[in-house]
Amino acid sequence: MENRPLEYDYTIAKMFMLTTIVLGIVGMLIGVILAFQLAFPGLNLILGDNLAEYTNFSRLRPLHTDAVIFGFTLSGVFATWYYVGQRVLKVSMAESKLLMTIGKLHFWLYLAVVAAAVFSLFAGVTTSKEYAEFEWPIDIGVVVVWVLFGMSMFGLIGIRREKSLYISVWYYIATFLGIAMLYLFNNMEIPTMFATSPAGETGIGAWYHSVSMYAGTNDALVQWWYGHNAVAFGFTVPIVAMIYYFLPKESGQAIYSYKLSLLSFWGLMFVYLWAGGHHLLYSTVPDWMQTMGSIFSIILILPSWGSAINMLLTMKGEWQQVAASPLIKFMILASTFYMFSTLEGPIQAIKSVNAIAHFTDWIVGHVHDGVLGWVGFMIMAALYHMAPRVFKREIYSKAIMTAQFWIQTLGVVLYFTSMWIAGITQGMMWRAHDEFGNLAYSFIDTVTVLHPYYAIRGVGGLLYLVGFLMFAYNIYKTMSSRPVEERELQSASPMGA
Amino acid sequence: MNIAEIQAYGYFILTFLLVLVLYGYIYHLYTKKRDADGVDYESYSNMALKDDIDDAPVSALSEEKEK
Repeated sequence: MENRPLEYDYTIAKMFMLTTIVLGIVGMLIGVILAFQLAFPGLNLILGDNLAEYTNFSRLRPLHTDAVIFGFTLSGVFATWYYVGQRVLKVSMAESKLLMTIGKLHFWLYLAVVAAAVFSLFAGVTTSKEYAEFEWPIDIGVVVVWVLFGMSMFGLIGIRREKSLYISVWYYIATFLGIAMLYLFNNMEIPTMFATSPAGETGIGAWYHSVSMYAGTNDALVQWWYGHNAVAFGFTVPIVAMIYYFLPKESGQAIYSYKLSLLSFWGLMFVYLWAGGHHLLYSTVPDWMQTMGSIFSIILILPSWGSAINMLLTMKGEWQQVAASPLIKFMILASTFYMFSTLEGPIQAIKSVNAIAHFTDWIVGHVHDGVLGWVGFMIMAALYHMAPRVFKREIYSKAIMTAQFWIQTLGVVLYFTSMWIAGITQGMMWRAHDEFGNLAYSFIDTVTVLHPYYAIRGVGGLLYLVGFLMFAYNIYKTMSSRPVEERELQSASPMGA
Repeated sequence: MNIAEIQAYGYFILTFLLVLVLYGYIYHLYTKKRDADGVDYESYSNMALKDDIDDAPVSALSEEKEK
């Protein structure tokens, strides 16, 4: 070994930064196409009748959701883990050949699974369970990737120098355990080739097809326990992990109250798992379960706001940094959108509100102010903070970053406001009836009324995508901009013109 | 005692215990610092702020590993 001072090794983090950006572009581009298809249905046939199978809304929709959840967001989670993990545990990946090998295997297998998922979804192979569309061979691949992630994480924790685990590490561990449990239980399925029909036929269907092990209401319950907690452990917990590291680090401020961060952590862990029932209000699920889902959703405001307020108060006395740094702006807006969507969600989970909101575009609006404003902004901010440190270069352009911030903020606002109006209009029209109980409107009446809002939503999504492309360009140029001394990088990230 | 009554008592006791656990944890967070070997949780923020590879750990895992 040559005699060099020990450094953090960001090889794996850089690999996952790349997939975060590439899969982000793919997922968001498909999302924008879908938004415009809803406003202008002719776009379903954009590549002609022969290719309609591959361009219609129903084929593309799972590709959008899975690309942004399992592609963009998970890559972001992995990229930040391989960066934050080393730093707060004060141990370098370079110190263990084994961990480095596991990390590389983790990345390449992840890439193979992503490729298989994209291919199979485009081909129309799906279990038809929302956010759990992958068929069993891919599920097995996902499990292997996840186990490698766990080995990587606990391996690094095992050789750490810092005795206590920083709050972000607790959140990363929760992400690992939560998704492991949810994914396994919701994807319990039996390949159809093992089934026997009442007539005695065996080997039914293609080898890759399967049916869920649960049926009817049970399937719905497990599915939404999974679906809602995928939001919890994919879109909330690891993103909170990021903000607890990146905001204090970038601003140079200690967390306002570390004790509050611990209390919020255990609160979130206890409450979140019970809230999934709110997806099944007014369904065949037992009434007490629906009520429990509602109540736990409302209690969820407390631990969510505990973290969000903690982050805003971390900036106490330092608000000039928000004005001066676009990177801090991204994180403060992310935290604000986190507060906003964790208030909106519980409101929608109240039974009487849900009677109007259920199945409408308001739900879509809620999801997107969460993922665009909170998840997307925080992951981009994390990558912006990491870029100067992993590439040892200043961020290419502060001006592009500022412009991107305002373009995307406008995009998010257009998105959720149009969906609020559309959703509540839709809910009210569906329920409206005359004095004899006849419905006042047919479905197509609502479609006609909603058209302008769908167009506005498409524009909002397009602005967000444009901003994301600016982000990708800025990171790409950062890799070749002016080098900086690593010693300077204690807190605020250096930025070029 | 019928099932509804048992449920009601169970509900009350569970809620009471959970409230106890919650406030017990908050009490623990605020008082641990005063113990002889207690820690000040607020100092843990430094794990992020001083995270260079040659910064001293906030509390090192073992003396011999400490730089």
